[in-house]
Amino acid sequence: MSVGRDQTTDRAAEQAARSSYGKLIAILAAQGRDIAAAEDALSDALVSALTVWPARGVPKNPEGWLVTAARNRLKNAARAAAVRRGGVPELQRRLALPDPDGHIPDQRLRLMFVCAHPAIDPAARTPLILQTVLGLDAGRIARAFLVDAAAMSQRLVRAKQRIRDAGLRFALPGPDDMTDRLGAVLDAIYAAFGQGWDDLERLETDASLTGEAIWLARLIVALLPAEPEPKGLLALMLYCSARRRARRDGTGRFVPLAEQDARLWDRTMIIEAEGLLTGAAQAGQFGRYQCEAAIQSVHVQRPITGRINLAALRVLYDLLVQQTDALGARIGRAVVIAEAGDPDAGLVALDALPGDRIAGHQPWWVARAHVAALAGRGDEARDGLDRAIALTEDTALRVHLKERRDALG
Amino acid sequence: MQFMLILNETPEDFARRADPAEAEAYWGGWNAFIGAMAQAGVIVKGDGLQGPAMATTLRVRDGKRRVEDGPFADTKEQLGGYFVIEVPDLDAALDWAAKAPSALTASVEVRPILPMPPQG
Repeated sequence: MSVGRDQTTDRAAEQAARSSYGKLIAILAAQGRDIAAAEDALSDALVSALTVWPARGVPKNPEGWLVTAARNRLKNAARAAAVRRGGVPELQRRLALPDPDGHIPDQRLRLMFVCAHPAIDPAARTPLILQTVLGLDAGRIARAFLVDAAAMSQRLVRAKQRIRDAGLRFALPGPDDMTDRLGAVLDAIYAAFGQGWDDLERLETDASLTGEAIWLARLIVALLPAEPEPKGLLALMLYCSARRRARRDGTGRFVPLAEQDARLWDRTMIIEAEGLLTGAAQAGQFGRYQCEAAIQSVHVQRPITGRINLAALRVLYDLLVQQTDALGARIGRAVVIAEAGDPDAGLVALDALPGDRIAGHQPWWVARAHVAALAGRGDEARDGLDRAIALTEDTALRVHLKERRDALG
Repeated sequence: MQFMLILNETPEDFARRADPAEAEAYWGGWNAFIGAMAQAGVIVKGDGLQGPAMATTLRVRDGKRRVEDGPFADTKEQLGGYFVIEVPDLDAALDWAAKAPSALTASVEVRPILPMPPQG
């Protein structure tokens, strides 16, 4: 067994695990409703892949191999459980399940809507989707939601237990219920996109989180063509993705939005986003994601009009904070207030945000420093940037923030 | 899967049972609900209960019985009846719960029946 072959095998296993995790969990959990058992079975299958593949070569269809291996584990576990329980309820439950290869375009979609079931703790729905469908670990989810990691793990375990034992229907809900559950699903897709977006170091491919988020949003737009918010979310992510290449200059340095070379923006994506946003508006139901997309639309007008339309941004942010209690919306609004000429009011708005949520929140410190500088408070700006730099993991972004701090003198 | 529909009612609901002006509508609502479940063949068992004023609560402490008149807890909603139904999943159980007359005035708690514990 050569070293080279070993690495290829490891990579194949890792690739299958990373790009297909959510899909595989969705396939495996569909039969027994037991997400935790599906996760255990899949990690067992991955471990055996690492021993079997180097010896026998990587199978032609690694995902298929993993599903078969994991299903065998699940069957053995279920058989043992059925013997323990006298067998009948488990069998009945299995027979009552809908065909797992039904008409749903993507198994992940079904699992997402199950995770958003009204019988699950509302605070657990979006995190559960992120963990089971998008493969994020509990620690990362906890950071994204600004909550304690142990509390988040517990919330997730409880939710999975509920799906298994409370008898939740493991199927795509009817149209009315689907609309009710849409919010949690869209929030999870956007949170996954945000996680992938912050990961500047890694090259973006379709298998990455941002690509996955866009793919899932496309599925939902196709599934619910009359709903405006999925279109808004897809538009929002396309506007952001369009600027991906412009976020770094030729030497890999970070370029903030206001200084980006608009020629590097992806016009095809922007045109698609504008079309989606217009289409969404026809439903006459404004919502958070349409609002965020509209904000991005204002930003892409800059190269055309030569200036950023702060008045429009101000109106949109005022609307946005009515649609969501997301911290980012309030921070964005404060920055726009400051940039529109009232930095003191911007500082007041920033300082009014809850202390426990902002203390470790890097974007708040960046915004605080920026607005303090606009208000002529150099010391506060420097302090803010120091805190922001300490909270920044990405190297290029840290260099950029250090330069900004040094420029303050 | 089997679920218990735990049908809670308000004091006003209990009062309607014997109110000449209300009783017919009250029982008519329940009979329609129960009839629909019976027709669908989902009922495993079920009963209506007399009101909380007829409840007697007992505890054994230090080997002694303590008996009190009245229900276990004095709350706005009290147990008025229950059904155990056999349906494919929670969503189907919730659809039946939503049809119970007391869902409009009080609440219906839906709980899965505990599977048989391991033998031996």
